[in-house]
Amino acid sequence: MTIKNKAYIAGIYEHPTRHAPDKSTAQLHAEVAKGALEDAGLTHVDVDGYFCAGDAPGGIWQMSDYLGLNRLRHLDSTETGGCSYIIALGHAAEAIAAGKCSVALITLAGKPRTGPMPPRAYGPEVDFEMAYGPTTHNAYGMCAMRHMHDFGTTSEQLAWVKVAASHHAQYNPHAMLRDVVTVEDVVNSPIISDPLHRLDCCVVSDGGGAVIVTTPEIAKSLKRPLVRLTGHGEAQKGPNGGRKLDLTYSAGVWSGPAAFAEAGITPKDIKYASIYDSFTITVVIQLEDLGFCKKGEGGKFVSDGNLISGVGKLPWNTDGGGLCNNHPINRGGITKIIEAVRQLRGEAHPKVQVPNCDLAVVHGTGGLLGIRHAASTAILERV
Amino acid sequence: MTDKPKYPAPVTNPETAQFWDSAKQGKFLIKRCKACGEPHYFPRSICPFCFSDKTEWEESKGEGVIYSYSVMRKSPTGPYATAYVTLNEGPTLFTNIVDCDFASLKIGQRVKVVFKPTDGAPLPFFTPA
Repeated sequence: MTIKNKAYIAGIYEHPTRHAPDKSTAQLHAEVAKGALEDAGLTHVDVDGYFCAGDAPGGIWQMSDYLGLNRLRHLDSTETGGCSYIIALGHAAEAIAAGKCSVALITLAGKPRTGPMPPRAYGPEVDFEMAYGPTTHNAYGMCAMRHMHDFGTTSEQLAWVKVAASHHAQYNPHAMLRDVVTVEDVVNSPIISDPLHRLDCCVVSDGGGAVIVTTPEIAKSLKRPLVRLTGHGEAQKGPNGGRKLDLTYSAGVWSGPAAFAEAGITPKDIKYASIYDSFTITVVIQLEDLGFCKKGEGGKFVSDGNLISGVGKLPWNTDGGGLCNNHPINRGGITKIIEAVRQLRGEAHPKVQVPNCDLAVVHGTGGLLGIRHAASTAILERV
Repeated sequence: MTDKPKYPAPVTNPETAQFWDSAKQGKFLIKRCKACGEPHYFPRSICPFCFSDKTEWEESKGEGVIYSYSVMRKSPTGPYATAYVTLNEGPTLFTNIVDCDFASLKIGQRVKVVFKPTDGAPLPFFTPA
């Protein structure tokens, strides 16, 4: 059994807002759903599968009722932080392949800048971790510190990730940060949590995005370029009872190979990569875990503009990514899918469009790389 | 160093009560599985490695080395150092390094447990040995 070629991405929409004091979170979900459905040439009446995660106000039944999704045959509210939506992409493909739904809607939206954050659910670890003040910054900082210790990775190498994102963001009129920055700008910005500087960190933005996944038959009946899912993987990793803790790799070491194997390709075949960039170190570790370079060589791989479209070997996050463009409700998954689809359709900004882009990888993590997290990888192909 | 931070009291539950009761007596406990012999932390009733229910409390010396750390500079209560410490017994745990010069922290540095008071049971932290 495989999901290979059994589901197509027919609609995408990234909300243009990055600051939404005048909108509700539910409204943002509705606006991105409407945008993605219009992009596909479908309506909410066509939707029979709905996928949302922890950012959806109240949960899946409240949101599906609010959105008027009255024909749902399949509901999935898997919550794995920012990679929930890449996992949802795979789950939607599974449901479509099994005949459980035919038009699946995935939404993400929120407003961390102008509204309350959804409550965080704690688990059995709470008494043994929360008092120590874990945050994204120090959790990823600990990963970076150990990566530097084990492999000699430098702050200058990490800075190249931000430099590449800024080169792409200058062409994105919706990006929060459009100024091109240099390696010096990054390493001279203040330390937030060692060894990560302010410019090693992603933006905080209001907004959201949505994706429509459908059957090959429905996709081919629509007027949009055809983009299909050819492989998918998901995995999780945590401190594991404290045994053999190694912060230099992520669950991407499992989700990545699973997705590439299902698609029957290798990282060398990839023309464009959307890889989650909560912090610069996130990208370096994920590139290694996905097999774009050997473990420990990610710093060298990202250096000298190697991630800049038209300059380097691996065009990456050509929308400006989470580091410069958008990171709605502190979650990266949906924007990673959206920019990959733009690239495969040939609808990215001409300055960053990869020529003949027919094969892309979408990869993200959710949670805290330094504590516990999930990862998901999807391989997308233009037909 | 800044003012003494106020740490939240552990909520505790039946599965972990003995850990916190021992903490009140200055003892730092880990769990070890009698079936597979592996120690783990934080404590569970069922071994996360072999799924045996034959786990037992064991007093740790509370000594170890820093696996990694990060000094959080942006904090309303002042800077603090998050870290993973690998205990001599094996398990690596998430904690803070306290009562130290943040600038001199190093991966591989030897540290030892120190308990800090809360409104409930005291919390284990680590400090340079």
